[in-house]
Amino acid sequence: MSQSYDRGIVEDYGRWREFSPGMWAWVLHKFTGWILIGYLFTHIAVLSTVLDGGATYTETIQGLESLFIVRIMEIGLLAVAVFHILNGVRLLMIDLGIGLDKQAASFYVSLVVTAIIVIASIPTFLGEVGV
Amino acid sequence: MSTETYRSSFTRGSTLWLLQRVTAAFLIVVLAFHFFQLHFVNHAWEIDFAGTQARMSNLLYFTTMWLFLVTATFHGVNGVYNALINQGLSGRPHQVLKWVLIIAGAGLILQGTRVALVMAGIDLP
Repeated sequence: MSQSYDRGIVEDYGRWREFSPGMWAWVLHKFTGWILIGYLFTHIAVLSTVLDGGATYTETIQGLESLFIVRIMEIGLLAVAVFHILNGVRLLMIDLGIGLDKQAASFYVSLVVTAIIVIASIPTFLGEVGV
Repeated sequence: MSTETYRSSFTRGSTLWLLQRVTAAFLIVVLAFHFFQLHFVNHAWEIDFAGTQARMSNLLYFTTMWLFLVTATFHGVNGVYNALINQGLSGRPHQVLKWVLIIAGAGLILQGTRVALVMAGIDLP
């Protein structure tokens, strides 16, 4: 039988010192989600240069990619996206009732795998920058 | 809160809850593919209009990217909506937020669709 209760304001970030790994996972999922939706709007805005012609599009993309700061931001975006994906898989598993007793461990695994993928991708993301 | 309001909120919430999970499952695969395709298979700094047009002229690729746009927009906008509801937003601000997000999401999908069509070499009317 389902029950309802008033859980109050869920996102009380003032209690961060009391957060468990599950709460940190939840907060980081929100944080990375905000970045990704912000990026989606920015991404479509940049790609919209194609409406001014193929040459403008190519110049815009290659101009941005020639900037070191853009490459650094792309690595940041990769970290955000990979964590959101891995933690998202973890959340889907939890929704399905899989690994309920390993929620903390799977959060740490998400962080470690994110770090490994991002560090391994850095050479590719910094390729030919400024050349 | 009336029982009727509670029921309708519950029904709508359940559908959005399920759609958030269904789009998540799709996005896990397509976001990973997108990153891999445009950073590792093709390097981002080598992207030009000709290459983009070649990829987007493939109907399967075009369809996948358009579904990526629609599902990512829904998942992101609904995620923002849920986050702000969890912050305790209710009443008139809740209604304003809902419509701002719906309009922003619809605008993004419309603009993204125009971009996708031009990328595929289709002239806009």
